[in-house]
Amino acid sequence: MSKFSLLVARDLRLALRQGGDAAMVIGFFVLTVILFPFGVGPEPQLLQRIAPGIIWVTALLAALLSLERLFQADYEDGSLEALVLLPLPLEAQVLAKCLAHWLVTGLPLTLVAPLLGLLLHLDLAGYPALVLGMALGTPILSLLGAIGAALSLGARRGGVLLSLMVLPLYIPVLIFGVAAVEAESAGLAARPHLLLLAALLLAALALVPFAAAGALRQAVE
Amino acid sequence: MAAIDHFLAMGGYARFVWPAFATAVIVMGGLLAESLSTYRKRQRDLRAAEKQRR
Amino acid sequence: MFRLANPNRFMNWSGKLLPWCAAATAILLGLGTWLALFVAPPDYQQGEAVRIMYVHVPAAWMASFVYAVMAISSAVALIWRHPLADIAARQSAPLGAGFTLVCLVSGSLWGKPMWGTFWVWDARLTSVLVLFFLYLGYIALVNAFDEPTRGNRAGAILALVGAVNLPIIKFSVDWWNTLHQPASVFRLGGPTIAASMLWPLLIMALGFTLFFVTLLLLRMRSALMAAKLRALRIQQSQSLAA
Repeated sequence: MSKFSLLVARDLRLALRQGGDAAMVIGFFVLTVILFPFGVGPEPQLLQRIAPGIIWVTALLAALLSLERLFQADYEDGSLEALVLLPLPLEAQVLAKCLAHWLVTGLPLTLVAPLLGLLLHLDLAGYPALVLGMALGTPILSLLGAIGAALSLGARRGGVLLSLMVLPLYIPVLIFGVAAVEAESAGLAARPHLLLLAALLLAALALVPFAAAGALRQAVE
Repeated sequence: MAAIDHFLAMGGYARFVWPAFATAVIVMGGLLAESLSTYRKRQRDLRAAEKQRR
Repeated sequence: MFRLANPNRFMNWSGKLLPWCAAATAILLGLGTWLALFVAPPDYQQGEAVRIMYVHVPAAWMASFVYAVMAISSAVALIWRHPLADIAARQSAPLGAGFTLVCLVSGSLWGKPMWGTFWVWDARLTSVLVLFFLYLGYIALVNAFDEPTRGNRAGAILALVGAVNLPIIKFSVDWWNTLHQPASVFRLGGPTIAASMLWPLLIMALGFTLFFVTLLLLRMRSALMAAKLRALRIQQSQSLAA
């Protein structure tokens, strides 16, 4: 367990050293959301109607931004080969990397989301479902994204390829996340949607490390 | 003549039915053509390379 | 089973099987098309537009079927490292993408007279659209590497990840659809299908399937020949260097 936390600490330090990364992701998130009133008009009712969708889709895109670099540095300087041979299972290392990525990307996105809800006149009733949904959903984005990042190591046009691979997989998270907010705004229960998100998170936690580790192994072969 | 016209008109839905069938023909035909031409090219190249080996 | 799958043996038996598959494909597709256009009755509600079903539904079935073939081949490739499995998955992908495209376009053309618009975000069409992008992602990935084996292995993992996700995506799209669509759903083709419509449909579906098998065998033979060519060229350059 201590090896795991050592790894997380290392990945966190590396991520925070490029502290600009988190700031850029938040910046992209806010800036892109702000574009929508310019695009569709500032009418509060319209914005309120589409706010959950805008916030979630933009969060998806923002999460994609920093995924390319998840394994890139280790791959390029050759330390990935050493990591594969470590006594700590590669699957655990993948989880460590995902956790570090989420702490620097998904968590800030989740915390900034209510602010963006204000900008888009999101119904106050929907805020808890938004934050809870993003707290459950953004780790899934980091996990699924890790598979894409591992698969596209050494590929041409890795960044765009990553997006093309990973965005279809994000669709269920998007659907349930938005549904939760809309349900709560309408006075219905958000619980079924949030429970589905939780189920997806558990499934991702269980399965993604194996897929990503497999992809990493054949990247260094 | 009238029978063929009636058939081609497809009860008024001609501009939906025929493009649908045409799409299938074009896509599947295209895949067939591409697969065949690649196949023949590989056959030619392989024969040439094997001849060169001798 | 593995003896059959040895590359040289594969070239042997696939070469013998191919003409039969091609002939059967031609017969079934010809028969199916004739039945679909001339023999099958028009629908009492949709009129002649229902004939699009004979292209749209088999294409939809093939889109899913080919993905299943890809996923199973990928699993075999990853677990047993079987070279033919890699090739089978990689060569199936463009065929599956083609069927998916036919399904989307024909579904769109069927929807216009029925629903009034060229695209409707109904659960099935939307799922097929996502499936189309899963195919595109796979094709992009396997072609993004200079070394073919690296591309094949990466693709195998992606195909399996996609296969696991497909039921989840399908479920979530159905869920999304019930949240946004009014209760009455227009079921393409009707709830139960008459025998006079079922037979042309099945024959077309069988024809499409054999079309896939024929082209897959052809493409796998091409891929094996390409591999042999690469090996020969490496040999030649090595003997030149010596």
